Amino acid sequence: MNKARSNPLNTLMMHGALILYTLIALFPVFVILINSFKERRSIFREPLALPNAESYSTIGYNTVMQQGDFFLYFQNSMTVTVASLFFVLLFGAMAAYALSEYRFRGNMLMGLYLALGIMIPIRIGTVAILEMMVATGLVNTLWALILVYTAQGLPLAVFILSEFMRQVSDDLKNAGRIDGLSEYTIFFRLVLPLVRPAMATVAVFNMIPIWNDLWFPLILAPAEETKTLTLGSQVFIGQFVTDWNAVLSALSMAILPVLVLYVIFSRQLIRGITSGAVK
Amino acid sequence: MTALSLQNVNKSFGEVHVLKDINMEVEEGEFVVFVGPSGCGKSTLLRVIAGLEDASSGEIRIGGDVVNLTPPSKRGIAMVFQSYALYPHLNVRGNMTLALKQERQSKAVIEERVQEASRMLNLEPYLERFPSELSGGQRQRVAIARAIVREPKLFLFDEPLSNLDAALRMNTRIEIANLHRQLGASMIYVTHDQTEAMTLADKIVVLRDGRVEQIGSPMELYNNPANQFVAGFLGSPAMNFFPAELVQDGDDRTMGVRPEDLFLDDSGALAARVSHVEKLGGDTNVIAQVNRHQITARLFGQHAVEPGQDLRLGFNPQNAFHFNGEGMRVE
Ligand SMILES: Nc1ncnc2c1ncn2[C@@H]1O[C@H](COP(=O)(O)OP(=O)(O)OP(=O)(O)O)[C@@H](O)[C@H]1O
Ligand SMILES: [Mg+2]
Repeated sequence: MNKARSNPLNTLMMHGALILYTLIALFPVFVILINSFKERRSIFREPLALPNAESYSTIGYNTVMQQGDFFLYFQNSMTVTVASLFFVLLFGAMAAYALSEYRFRGNMLMGLYLALGIMIPIRIGTVAILEMMVATGLVNTLWALILVYTAQGLPLAVFILSEFMRQVSDDLKNAGRIDGLSEYTIFFRLVLPLVRPAMATVAVFNMIPIWNDLWFPLILAPAEETKTLTLGSQVFIGQFVTDWNAVLSALSMAILPVLVLYVIFSRQLIRGITSGAVK
Repeated sequence: MTALSLQNVNKSFGEVHVLKDINMEVEEGEFVVFVGPSGCGKSTLLRVIAGLEDASSGEIRIGGDVVNLTPPSKRGIAMVFQSYALYPHLNVRGNMTLALKQERQSKAVIEERVQEASRMLNLEPYLERFPSELSGGQRQRVAIARAIVREPKLFLFDEPLSNLDAALRMNTRIEIANLHRQLGASMIYVTHDQTEAMTLADKIVVLRDGRVEQIGSPMELYNNPANQFVAGFLGSPAMNFFPAELVQDGDDRTMGVRPEDLFLDDSGALAARVSHVEKLGGDTNVIAQVNRHQITARLFGQHAVEPGQDLRLGFNPQNAFHFNGEGMRVE
C-alpha cells in the first residue's frame, strides 16, 4: 500500500482538513435549520443558539403551510427541475452523439453553434422569449419554464457529453452494428451507460441554478398555480417587513429535495471524477 | 465458389485516398492474411468489407451477392476486434447471444450454439462472468466465440492478438488455426506480425499505401517476391539489399540476398567487417558492414565470430534477387 497514504499523521491531517471544510460548507445550512425552529425574537438575539424549550417554535412552518399553496409550489419546482434535467440530458446526449459519431457536412459549425450558448447568457433574450411565450400561449404554464431551462442547459451538456462520447471505443459501436443493433440501441444500451458519470456531472451543474432561479418564474409563470418554490417564498420577503420565520422554514424545506437529487447523482459524479485517475 | 471478391474498390476520406483499386478474391474455406506496414489501410479495407465504411467506388461481393448497400449485420460476416469490444454490461453468455437474439433465433438454437462455441474455446466455466472479470486472453476468446455463434460465411479478424503477451499469442494463434480447420469457414485476418502471417495463411495479401503489392501463398511470396518491398517485408531477419556493383562492376541493379542464404566463405564475394554478433544457440546472427552497407547473415549453428573481425561472406548466385531502380524484380 502507498506509504504516504497509510501514514497516520497524514491521514489525520487529511481528514482534519476535510472535516473542517465540511463544517464550513454546512454552517449556513445549519444556521438556517436551527433558526427555522425558533421564535422571531430569539432568531435575532442569539442567532447561533440551538432552539431550547423557551425559544422553540414552529410558527414559521405554520405560516408557510397556511399562506399560499406551499406544496403546489414545491411540486411545481420539482416538476420543472426534473423535466428540464430529463430533456437536457436526453437531447444533449443525442446531439453530442451525432456530433461525435457521424461525419456530415457542417459538423464542426454545428458544434460551434451549439457551444456558443455557453458564452451568451439566455437572460439577454428574456424579452424575445416572453414575446414568444405570449404568442404561443405558454405564459403561466410550467412548459414555458421547462423549455427555457432546457435551452439554457443544452449548450454545456452537448459540449461536455460530446467530449466524453468521442472517447467511447469505436470498436464497441462497430461490434454492435455487426451484431445488428440499431443506432438507437447502440446509443441507449452501449454508449449512454459508458458516459453515465458525465451525465451526472451535467445533471448536477444544471440542477441547482434551475431549482434556485427566480428570474424566469417571475417573468414567465407568476400565476398562483405555476409558482415555483423560490418565487412562492418571496411573499414572505416584503419591502418593509420580512417574516423571517417563514423565510427560514421555506428555505429549510427547499433544501431537502435538492439534497436528495444530489445524493442520487453524486455517486455517479464521484465515479466520473476518479474514472480517469484509476484507469 | 468465392466467399469474397473485391473489384476496383476505392476508399477516400475527403481528400485522403486510402484504398486504391483493390482487386482480390477469397475462396471458400480459405485463410487469407492482410499484411503491410502501419497505416497502409488494412483496417480500412476490413471495415469496408464489413460494411462499417462505404466504399467510394468498386464492387464488393460476399458469397456471390453484391453487398455494397447491405448493412453489416446482413452481410453474413462476423468480426473480431483488436480491443475485444465486448459489451461491458452483458456477461459472457449475453455477449455471445446478443446477435442471435437480434436475428430472432429460437432459444434451443441459441443454447446449442453457445454450448458448441464455449466448448471449442474452453469458456464453459466463465459463461456467467462479466468482461471486467476476465483476463485479456479470456476476453479475446469470448470475442472469438461471439463471432463463431453467428455461423458467418466470412470471419474478419483485425489484429486480434496484438494485445496479448508473447506466450498467449502463440497459444491463441494455434487455437485460431484449429478453429479454421474445424469450422472450414473463410477467414480474413489482419496483422503486421509476419510469423502470424506465414504460419496461418493459405494466401497472403501484401498491402502498401492502399495498394495491393502482391497476392500469393506464403512460400510463393518468400521464394518469388514481385518487388523489393515484398522481398523486404517477409522473412526475418529482413532480406539484405545492396548495390550489385559490390559483386560485379558496372551492374546498376540492386541485389537482394536473404540472411539465411549467406555463409562464411574465404573466397566469398563480400568482404565484411563484423559490427555485432547475436548468438542464439541454434543460430548466429552476424551483422556486418560491407562498404558502409549493413548486411545481416544468419549462420546455422554456433560460430566463433567476434565484433571487429574481418571476414568474407559468400552466397549461391541462384539465391540472389535483382531489382531495378523502381524496386521491381528483374532478372
Ligand atoms: N476516418 C478517417 N478519416 C481520415 N483518414 C482516415 C480515417 N481512418 C483511417 N484513415 C487513414 O487511412 C489510412 C489507413 O488507416 P488504417 O487504420 O486502415 O491503417 P492500418 O493499415 O490498419 O494500420 P495499423 O497497422 O496501424 O492498424 C491511415 O493513413 C489513416 O490515417
Ligand atoms: Mg489497423
